Amino acid sequence: MPNYTININGKERIVEADSDTPLLWVLRDELNLVGTKFGCGIAQCGACTVHMDGIATRSCQMQISILNNAKITTIEGLSEDGNHPVQEAWKEIDVPQCGYCQSGQIMTASAFLAENNNPSEDEIREAMHGNICRCASYNRIEKAVKVAAKKLQ
Amino acid sequence: MKSEINTNFSRRNFLKTSVLASGGLLIGFNFLQSCKPEAKMPVDIANLNFNDFNAFIRISDEGYITIFSPNPEIGQGVKTAMPMIIAEELDVEWDKVSVAQGALDTKNFRRQVAGGSQSIRQGWNALRQTGATAKQMLINAAALKWNVDASSCKASKGIITNTNGDTFNYGDVVKEAAKLEVPENIALKEIKDYTIIGKNAINVDIDKIITGKSLFGIDYKAKNMVIASVLRPPAFGQKLVSFNAIEAKKITGVIDVITIGERVRKFKNSGKRSWTFQISDSDKVVVIAKNTWAAIKGKKALSAEWKIDSKGESTAEHDRILTEILDTNKLNTRREDGNVNNAFKNADKVIERTYHSPFLPHNCMEPMNFYADVTSEKIHLTGPVQTPESAENVVADMFGVDKENIHVEMTRMGGGFGRRLYGDFVYEAAEISNVIKRPVKLLSTREDDMTTGVYRPAIKYRIAAALKDGKISGYHLKEAAINSNMYGIIPDFFPAGCIPNYKVSTGNYQSNITTGAWRAPYTNFLAFAEQSFFDELATELNIDTIQLRLNLLQNVKGTTDKRIQYSGQRMEDTIKLVREKAKWGKTKQGVYQGFSAYYSHNTHVAEIADIVLKDGYPIIKKVTVAVDCGIVVNPTGAKNQVEGGVLDGIGHAMYSDFSFENGKPKYKNFDKYRLIRMQETPKVEVHFVQNDNDPTGLGEPGLPPAGGAVANAINSALGKRLYRQPFVNQLKKESILS
Repeated sequence: MPNYTININGKERIVEADSDTPLLWVLRDELNLVGTKFGCGIAQCGACTVHMDGIATRSCQMQISILNNAKITTIEGLSEDGNHPVQEAWKEIDVPQCGYCQSGQIMTASAFLAENNNPSEDEIREAMHGNICRCASYNRIEKAVKVAAKKLQ
Repeated sequence: MKSEINTNFSRRNFLKTSVLASGGLLIGFNFLQSCKPEAKMPVDIANLNFNDFNAFIRISDEGYITIFSPNPEIGQGVKTAMPMIIAEELDVEWDKVSVAQGALDTKNFRRQVAGGSQSIRQGWNALRQTGATAKQMLINAAALKWNVDASSCKASKGIITNTNGDTFNYGDVVKEAAKLEVPENIALKEIKDYTIIGKNAINVDIDKIITGKSLFGIDYKAKNMVIASVLRPPAFGQKLVSFNAIEAKKITGVIDVITIGERVRKFKNSGKRSWTFQISDSDKVVVIAKNTWAAIKGKKALSAEWKIDSKGESTAEHDRILTEILDTNKLNTRREDGNVNNAFKNADKVIERTYHSPFLPHNCMEPMNFYADVTSEKIHLTGPVQTPESAENVVADMFGVDKENIHVEMTRMGGGFGRRLYGDFVYEAAEISNVIKRPVKLLSTREDDMTTGVYRPAIKYRIAAALKDGKISGYHLKEAAINSNMYGIIPDFFPAGCIPNYKVSTGNYQSNITTGAWRAPYTNFLAFAEQSFFDELATELNIDTIQLRLNLLQNVKGTTDKRIQYSGQRMEDTIKLVREKAKWGKTKQGVYQGFSAYYSHNTHVAEIADIVLKDGYPIIKKVTVAVDCGIVVNPTGAKNQVEGGVLDGIGHAMYSDFSFENGKPKYKNFDKYRLIRMQETPKVEVHFVQNDNDPTGLGEPGLPPAGGAVANAINSALGKRLYRQPFVNQLKKESILS
């Protein structure tokens, strides 16, 4: 199997993996970064969302061989100690129920707010529409994105 | 566990204490065992086994408190709420309490289960007694040290005081407390004195969730563990004939390809614990791999031949069969009051409507998975299952192993919704580990979960009402369901007791498709049918739909019928609260409302949906909810459950469709199968009825009324009655939705 050097959470990591291995499974199985979740495997649910050069990306569809030098940020690398404004807002609003989809939600929200820290309600709902929460904690996700936007302004 | 206890124990034996070798006190309690008359004194106190207990309080010498939550956490919030109840009576500050998941005990307990919205309701008394008893023991220990009467001492926020102004922290007296007799009949706090119950407590796992720490079964890893991906028959009714693994074995990382099925089948055929065996009889092909991607790829590379073992069923056929059951009246009477035949014979008018629902997969976000390490000496199982005790029992029987040699760890679950009540994936994981003689984690894909599910079965309800002199004189609800019918007490829900001539009858068809409980079993669809029907009756009787419900509820108040499950008064109060909060009938022009109320899982809920029309399309803007669940233990968690339940109910009523063709499921992933997403969600506003009744659960009750509230609002706006879920199909057909 070939070796790949990838940039994860600000660190160069060398991993041995088949060229078609999705980043999701490299993160979870090889690097023990299990915060990025497996939900559907076809980029439809958003549970596996990471940042690729700052852009919210579905890691289940991102093959290790085509990452090149992209800088990948996962939920584990979003902040030093869980104090990113989006994480703080998630805590303040007490968003999660089961919690499984929430790292994907947080990664989508943080990439979106980095581009637009004063979004309208419609913009928030559109930005978050791709992430499924099976517990349907959507009201709180929406509210937490609003609260996070305020913190970022 | 080392024990230094040499004093007497309470005969009731629901609580045991032990001084920890590392310092501090461990208090174990079996909060349901406490109710059992057969509870026995420990014979050998020196060898107390704390594995016998399903929850613990640990108090360190420094006064740090750890509370072990007994029940599995699937997102319903019990890992936060159950320890809160203990902490309240123990009288410690909540922010100084750490919570950990308790271990499983299969020897003594019957309900380390996540299901039926029962954890809080059934745990309420024992959890409080445990906290209060522990607190009294600490006070008694302090009083002994001070040589004063215990009744002159008080404890609050983890500090004991006496009338001389002396103080002890709990940690100062834990060693002494552990040696004291366990006091009985401790007075519990009055509600007005609560400092933790009724205050918002954030999800105890929040920091781990928002930083992506390992929490879930799918995250679990162990030394030498391999990953297994299981190929099951692509259609119900099929069995494996042969398979070819040549291509699969070429994939880097694939270790082996095996088959399983024999052991599970043997146990299934024994008929024991049959409810849990919602699992195919076929052999299955299993790819064993070093990592998940190799396991997934390996499975895709398999080819297999399947034969028809029993007929592959189709949705069109189910539709016909269920209709036939309703038409031919081959039904069992489940409850009958008065004389329904006469009521219909003498009616001025009879209204009859039929309601249809599809199968539904659960679609927990965390796919089914389980870790198993089966050796000749012991079995270790770890992962997400709502019924860990049952899983352990089955595995013990499957392998003829004493339960003493099985260790089960519970992980946080990425949703349950009823799917993880069935332990098929646990048994498969154990069978695989036994074959390969290695620790293994079985991991399903979304496609596996959606196509080999334990589905909410398709059901039809036909409801008829006899109208006489402007009143409902007779009511007959018929259910035609697949595999099993509504459970025992549902015929005693509303409107039982409200209508003099009342009948519920049910019939079913046995299918080879695996089915089971799905969040708020049966009532998740029944409530929609019934509450839509009453809305239509109100229109027919020319009376406000809420007033019709309130009028009916007067008839059940003061009933002497012990079978009746709900309270007329509590339902009335709940309905009046939602009517006020939603400004029923007083909304702005262009806002259309729909009302629905339903009692299930011991909780009364009423909901009003507000919709507006945008270019003629109905948009659900808001749902106002009133809930009577008695005392609200954790308001933020409670509201979260109701908000989610309402949106889940709307989502599945509106969008979720599932069907079969020759035994093959129509959809297999979220590209085609539709779950509610953010842009489709209304705002949910939750209000609780204030009262001092003992708390009931909230995982399920918010869901059932939601579909009816939306359907009734759509009727208010468009004059269209909806009879078939998902609504989106009918609305599309009628060009209302694009």
